[in-house]
Amino acid sequence: MNRREFAKLGVMAGALGLSGIPLGITRAAGQTKGGTLNTIIQPEPPILVTALNQQQPTLTLGGKIYESLLRYDFDLKPLPGLAQSWEVSPDKLTYTFKLFPNITFHDGTPLTSEDVVFSVTKILMENHARARNTFSRVAKAEAPDPLTVVFTLKTPFAPFLTAFDCTTAPIVPKHIYEGTDYRKNPANAKAIGSGPFKLKEWVRGSHVHLVRHEGYYRPGEPYLDEIIYRVIPDSASRSVALEQGTVQLTQWTDVELFEVPRLSKLPNLTMTTKGYEFFAPHTWLEFNTRIAPMNDKRFRQAVMHAIDRKALLNRIYFGLGKVATGPVSSKTKFYEKNVKNYDFSPDKAKALLDEMGLKPGPDGKRVSIPFLVPPYGETHQRTSEFLRQSLARVGIDLQLQGIDVAGWADKFSNWDFSTTTTTVYQFGDPALGVSRSYVSSNIRKGILFSNTCGYNNPEVDRLFEEAAVATSDDKRQEAYSALQKIMVEEVPVAWLLEIDYPNFMDKRLKNVVTTAIGVHDTFGTVSFG
Amino acid sequence: MRALALSVTGNRGVAIAIAIAQWVARFVAVVLVIATFNFVLVHAAPGDPAQVMAGQSGSADEQMLAQLRAEYGLDKPYPVQLAIYLKRIVTLDLGYSYRQQRSVLSLIAERLPATLLLTCSAFLLSLAAGVSLGTLAGVRAGKWSDTALTIVSLLLYAMPVFWLGLMLVLLFSVKLDWLPAFGYVSIGVPMTPLQRIGDIAAHMVLPVVSLGAVLMAIYARLMRSAIIDVAHQDFIKTARAKGLKRGQIIMRHMLRNAVLPVVTVAGMQAGTLVGGSVVIETVFAWPGLGRLTFDSVLQRDYPLMLGIFLVMSVIVILLNFVTDTIYRIVDPRVSLRAAA
Repeated sequence: MNRREFAKLGVMAGALGLSGIPLGITRAAGQTKGGTLNTIIQPEPPILVTALNQQQPTLTLGGKIYESLLRYDFDLKPLPGLAQSWEVSPDKLTYTFKLFPNITFHDGTPLTSEDVVFSVTKILMENHARARNTFSRVAKAEAPDPLTVVFTLKTPFAPFLTAFDCTTAPIVPKHIYEGTDYRKNPANAKAIGSGPFKLKEWVRGSHVHLVRHEGYYRPGEPYLDEIIYRVIPDSASRSVALEQGTVQLTQWTDVELFEVPRLSKLPNLTMTTKGYEFFAPHTWLEFNTRIAPMNDKRFRQAVMHAIDRKALLNRIYFGLGKVATGPVSSKTKFYEKNVKNYDFSPDKAKALLDEMGLKPGPDGKRVSIPFLVPPYGETHQRTSEFLRQSLARVGIDLQLQGIDVAGWADKFSNWDFSTTTTTVYQFGDPALGVSRSYVSSNIRKGILFSNTCGYNNPEVDRLFEEAAVATSDDKRQEAYSALQKIMVEEVPVAWLLEIDYPNFMDKRLKNVVTTAIGVHDTFGTVSFG
Repeated sequence: MRALALSVTGNRGVAIAIAIAQWVARFVAVVLVIATFNFVLVHAAPGDPAQVMAGQSGSADEQMLAQLRAEYGLDKPYPVQLAIYLKRIVTLDLGYSYRQQRSVLSLIAERLPATLLLTCSAFLLSLAAGVSLGTLAGVRAGKWSDTALTIVSLLLYAMPVFWLGLMLVLLFSVKLDWLPAFGYVSIGVPMTPLQRIGDIAAHMVLPVVSLGAVLMAIYARLMRSAIIDVAHQDFIKTARAKGLKRGQIIMRHMLRNAVLPVVTVAGMQAGTLVGGSVVIETVFAWPGLGRLTFDSVLQRDYPLMLGIFLVMSVIVILLNFVTDTIYRIVDPRVSLRAAA
């Protein structure tokens, strides 16, 4: 570049800088109504219809567009959603919901009990694996009048009332979907729901623009005029966007955990880890228990003793979370805290390995085990390295293997692995999110989030079943406590942490996280100031 | 280059017709071979789109996987899938991305303008800057200005492009707040068309400079060595002996002869321009084709991957043709037959 060119460039850059168009929403300051919330969506969802696609970003964004019958407080107690009240029959077989009057879809059509019945029995049953698990227990669903829905179950299913959040049971318009090929319906591009926000524009690779649904049934809601979800693929750029105020809210892994301490100090931001109680992400080191030495209980116990999980929490996760004590998260119902405790003790680990006959070789290694590094970002990479170092100290040589998402999912679900780490959501109830990883009836090759470790204990199977159909909470607690004690002794997987994800938000923002599904909820009452 | 210099003999019109026919036949054959090769390569990677979706949903069952696989046509044997795919290509149908619920052609068409805007600007900037800086350094070989330019271009050449991008963001967006850090346009701000152009231009500066800097370094280094090489040729001595001015010698005699290697490399680079830069597009959240490609690979979106690969290969072949044509303009000694 010569001097003339350089000078020209300088003038250009200067001019652009001065004429820079203001970004962000500062003009919304001090208002309780109106304003634009800018936030992040990553990775970009493929479609926005949550009944057809349940990837996490789809659910985050779709929660504003599609609502369900209930919401849940932080203790997972049901609150009114589209349903203003509900009743459960004494035999726990009949559930009757009364809808709010005057609910409309974004196209102006009224939402009635017919739409609820259609959503639950048709479109969700066909396209939503998690909903299918619950709603396949429905014997009949009826709509006696436009505001009443009655579900009759085949047999009691205790967590039935936990399955009506907007990520599990979004209500879609029957008049648009009935009799069509749901996945190919051209209306999918318009994403017509009944939530407080409707889709205005989606520029692929750039942003999704939502605006208020004027006909929303809750008076005064939504408070915001618009929400803009920006697609920002690079994590460093996402942090910059938050720092600069270009976005006023981040969720899940938008911000890498190692950025959290720095960003927490910024004066214009607050941080909360609430709003993930429903998901209760549980991270563990998974063993393929079909293969030696992982098939030996003592080996798995040794691994539990060999990992300093407190250090893992503090160093890699920057204290965001808790050490997991067993299969059920302390945030989920029916958690049992009186279980065997695995303290950090390399000596105990070595003793267990010695007892098994896994003696150290001349190089100090007892055994070499491949480990699939989960391809979900920097934190998982660092966790893998932490585990390798921890286990190396007791003579277990973990060989890390890098792989992409498709490869990881393929190998993991087809049992073509020895060890890996995985994070599994609990969905509010052990019968919904915990049993699937351990009951022998769910050992299904090729299916992710099934019983991939191959754990098989008839007594545990029986207790899980008993707890799922029990009609009183005391009975359920009894069964869950019993099975947690057995499982913690047997260590089918090495539970590491209950993870808290940080939500960073502009200090002016109110009511962002008010329920157990946090940022996935409707945002009807979110406001600036 | 001189090896290519053959003289044209015989009837020129016939020669051109034959050359074009040969070229078209070769083009079709190459495209079909590439398409087959792409197909095999893409399906050799472990995992499939259904598994990826399951992994991102937090739950899955057999029905979901079977549904998705049937949708993608993955339930058929590979040879059948390949035959279907080749048949589609022949009818110029790129297929449908079930993951994105859009036709592959519309997805590519939507992203291509943003990519071309970014890469062509960076390309032109880097060519202009690289050729001038390289010439400048070449004619002053050994002097301090040459050393300085060489060091700068070496540094830029060695610098990872994402790091350069992030540093520019830190300086110009975070510290100075002069330029937007990412995106291609301000969202949700009402603007007149003129303001919009200015806004897009402001968003372009950092990604274009980051991408262009690395390319510039390559061209500058090539140009410098070519200039030094040409400067010692006999015809330059002749030009000097007959009393031409220094500026004339550089512009007319040295530059034109020295620019050929740059054209060669730029021609090869031009192919990658269409593909976009995954790294730059990711760092600057630029909604281009590079990111679409990268995402489609990670998501095993086969129809989209194959579509993008095919479009890119066609464009690369066409660009090679353009490069050959430019050769002939720059250096008349390169004949049609040799270049075709």
